[in-house]
Amino acid sequence: MTSTITPDTSATVAISVEEQQFNDLIEADSRIEPRDWMPEGYRKSLVRQISQHAHSEIIGMQPESNWITRAPSLKRKAILMAKVQDEAGHGLYLYSAAQTLGATRDDMTDALIAGKARYSSIFNYPTPTWADMGSIGWLVDGAAICNQVPLCRASYGPYGRAMVRICKEESFHQRQGFEILLELMAGTEEQREMAQDSVNRWYWPALMMFGPPDDDSPNSAQSMAWKIKRHSNDDLRQRFVNMLVPQAAVLGVTLPDPDLHFNEVTQQWDLGEIDWTEFHEVLAGRGPNNAQRLQRRRDAHEEGQWVREAAAAYARKQYALTTTLEMAAS
Amino acid sequence: MTTPGDSAAEIWPLWEVFVRSNRGLSHVHVGSLHAPDETLAVRNARDLYTRRSEGVSVWVVPAAAITTSDPDAKGAFFESPAGKNYRHASYYSKSEGVKHL
Repeated sequence: MTSTITPDTSATVAISVEEQQFNDLIEADSRIEPRDWMPEGYRKSLVRQISQHAHSEIIGMQPESNWITRAPSLKRKAILMAKVQDEAGHGLYLYSAAQTLGATRDDMTDALIAGKARYSSIFNYPTPTWADMGSIGWLVDGAAICNQVPLCRASYGPYGRAMVRICKEESFHQRQGFEILLELMAGTEEQREMAQDSVNRWYWPALMMFGPPDDDSPNSAQSMAWKIKRHSNDDLRQRFVNMLVPQAAVLGVTLPDPDLHFNEVTQQWDLGEIDWTEFHEVLAGRGPNNAQRLQRRRDAHEEGQWVREAAAAYARKQYALTTTLEMAAS
Repeated sequence: MTTPGDSAAEIWPLWEVFVRSNRGLSHVHVGSLHAPDETLAVRNARDLYTRRSEGVSVWVVPAAAITTSDPDAKGAFFESPAGKNYRHASYYSKSEGVKHL
C-alpha cells in the first residue's frame, strides 16, 4: 500500500456514528436491544416478522381447540388444553417482543382482525380427524421448531429470548403429536388409514411453512444480512425433510411424495416439486379455512371487549380509592 | 383518571415480570405482560411464565416505574471501570503458584 491517502468519494456513503455502532454489533454477532439505535428497515422488518409470528401462534390455537371436547380420553384432553394454552403463551411472548419495538398490541390485533396482517398459511387448513392432532404436532410443530431453533440466535435480543422459551415448550408439542400417530399406527386398519390420510394432507403444507424458495423470497437476503434469519428457506426445508424420513419409517407412514429419493452425492433427501400456486392462494386468503379463522378471532376479540373494559374500570377505581386514602392519611 | 402506566394505545398497562426459580437465587427478568392491576398482573405472570414449575416467587413491576440509564450515553456512563483491572483478582499475577490465594 502507498502512504498517500486519497479520500474515496466514489462509492461509499458516509454513515452516522449510531449506524456504525449498529453495524459493528451485528458484525460481532452481538445483540441489538430495544433502546439501541437501529435502521428503520430493521425495525420494520422485525415488527412484521414478530407480529406475524405472534398472530400465527394465536390463530394456531383454533385448529386444535376444535378437538379439545372430542379428544379420546381425559388425559388427551388435558394434554391438548396444555398445548393450546402454550400457543396462547407463545403469542403473548411474541407480542411483547414486538412491543419493545414501538408496535402496540391494539394496532397488531386490529391489523389481524381486519385481515391486513399475515399469519402462517398452515393454520388455514381444516382438522377433520383426531389424527390431525398427531400430524399437527409431528409435522407442523416439527417444521416450526426447525425454523425457530436458529431464531433463538436472532440479532434482536427480545426476539431471541422469546424464541428460547418457545422452543423449550415446542418440543413437548412435537413429541405428543408423534405419539398420537404412533398409537394410531399400532391400532386397527381403520386407525392406520386415518393416520396416513392425515399425513398425506399435512405433509406438503408443512413443507410450505418454510416460505417460498430462495430465489423467490424477497426479504430473505436482507434478513440474513441483519442476522435475524440464520439459514435460507430451502436449507431449513431440506434439513426438515432429512429428519422426517427416518421418523416416518419409525411410524410406518408413507410421505406423499413419489419423487422423494436419497441423493448419494449430496447425502440428502431430494424432494419433488412443491405446488407453490396452492401456497400463494392460501396466503392470499383463499385457503380452506381463512375466513372462518379470522371470523372466530374477530368474534373472540369483540366478545371480550367488555371484560377488558370492566377490568380497566375496576383498576382505575381501586387506584383512585388508594390515592384518596393516602391523601387523607397524609 | 387512569391506572398508572396505561396509554391511549393500550387499555391495560405493561408490567415487567421477574421470577425466582428457586430459593437462594435472585429474581430474574423473564418478560412482560399487560394487566389492569397488580393482582391480575401477578396471576397472569404465573399463568404465562411458570406453567412448568419455573418459579417459586414472582415480582411484577409497572414498566413505567423503571428508570434506566441513558442508552445514548452508554460509552461514557460505563467508562469508569475501564483501565481499572486491578479490581480483578487476575491482575495480581506474582502470587501465581502459591496455594490458597
